[in-house]
Amino acid sequence: MGRGGSFGVTGSDVTSRLVTVDGDGAAALIGGFSATSGLAHFPRQPVCPFTGADDIVDHTLPRTGRLWLWTAVTAPPPGYTGPIPYGLGVVRLDIEPALDVVGVLTVADPSTWSEGDPVEVTTIEVPGPNGEPMTTWAFMPRVSP
Amino acid sequence: MTREVGISGIGLHPFGRFDDLTATDMGVVAVQAALAEAGVGRGEIQAAFCGTAYGGVAAGHRVLSALALTGMPIVDVEAGCASGGAALQLGVSQIASGQADCVLVFGIEKMPRGVIRSSFFAPWQECAGLTPAPAYFALRAQRLLREHGLTSDHLAQLVVKNRANGALNPDAMFRSAVTAEQVLASRMICDPLRLWMLCSPNEGAAAVVLRPARDGDVVVAGVSLRSHLPGSVLGEDSPLCGIDDTTITPPTTRAARDAYEQAGIGPDDIDVVECQDTDAARELLTWVELGLCAPGEQARVLADGDSELGGRRPVNPSGGLLSKGEPLGASALGQVVEIVRQLRGTAGPRQVPRTRVGVSHVIGRGANACVAVLRQR
Repeated sequence: MGRGGSFGVTGSDVTSRLVTVDGDGAAALIGGFSATSGLAHFPRQPVCPFTGADDIVDHTLPRTGRLWLWTAVTAPPPGYTGPIPYGLGVVRLDIEPALDVVGVLTVADPSTWSEGDPVEVTTIEVPGPNGEPMTTWAFMPRVSP
Repeated sequence: MTREVGISGIGLHPFGRFDDLTATDMGVVAVQAALAEAGVGRGEIQAAFCGTAYGGVAAGHRVLSALALTGMPIVDVEAGCASGGAALQLGVSQIASGQADCVLVFGIEKMPRGVIRSSFFAPWQECAGLTPAPAYFALRAQRLLREHGLTSDHLAQLVVKNRANGALNPDAMFRSAVTAEQVLASRMICDPLRLWMLCSPNEGAAAVVLRPARDGDVVVAGVSLRSHLPGSVLGEDSPLCGIDDTTITPPTTRAARDAYEQAGIGPDDIDVVECQDTDAARELLTWVELGLCAPGEQARVLADGDSELGGRRPVNPSGGLLSKGEPLGASALGQVVEIVRQLRGTAGPRQVPRTRVGVSHVIGRGANACVAVLRQR
């Protein structure tokens, strides 16, 4: 376990742990689900982060949702060497009960977004901890039906 | 509490940027001032707690070693932005419980420049762009504006209020008043937050000496530290997911309720407040979380000037973190020093008239929130 809540991710191995991409290139987030709490979460943790229930199974989350909150990051935060500016937002995934997930937005300009805009999960590549390419998740304006 | 706890000495090193000084140097200044005011001599301190987040190993020992004041237990306390508050809470419990009759509580910090880097996050999260603190402040700000009927103009008004107070505080980093137009023309950092709406991480130190209360002391009538309950995606623990948080009580509210109950007061009894204004929206949210106003009432409070010096209940008469900057380990005790000055009537041009009860509040990484109620004995 490295610094912080690493969620089992070491180095740049984000995609295999947290994101799945199907044969058509459609990406989805891999979370956890507890039947006891009836709640999904992301990334998967040893217990439900909301209730402590420990009956966690892998759960592929719906790949679509609605944008709730968003901003644009205009200066590179420590450790980040990807493009600037970039968008960061909170998306309410299409799941009940509601689950809000944080992610990079593929469109940075805050003026282009509105509350409730339909979005879907995609993948982006940024430099990883040792400069190697790292694939991570992002939300983009929805193109799927 | 079993024994009433008095603050018998306060000390402060100004908050700002001091290239030639170490955190130890600044701690020495604050501790010496507090001990001198309290009349505490060698061998009298029975325990010491030092709040610091970036001070490194045994940072508190370094300060007391420099003063040849070691021998007692010296414990560094890290609780993010609430580090100084956590140290205060531990110190108060030592006096209240009778474990010690004289406790030194201090905070020191020399923050790296720029956006705060935190070991809280894993390296991959930094690389993925998921860690910039101002962006999370901005997401919280956007929600606040939307749900509480506020605009960027209100954020600017809040900054104008605090910077006007900071202009009267010789210990602040920014000592000039600003206009709303200037605030709204400052560089956009993370929409809707502009540069002047965000506090600067910086350097400084503060100290208090605690003893069983004596007549004339300012007393710690209540102090409470709380962490977050899980669930809110916007919590200061910066989770990557969250659920509906409308019924989840934030840590500030839970700490405030506990501290008010200890002190036997309610929000209406509070005369002056020093609260966490990491960004302008954070203070406007804190007003609600501390019970100072109802959700959506902030615009009216700003319009009426209630929170200004000369208003019904001034908030951040010191200028707040927006004027002073934020040395994480020292900021909470800097607030306590300001409240003590207000209650003693020694706050000079920033003096709030007729103060009997003052409250200090910090909230930050963890999440940790600390609320202290001080009053004249």
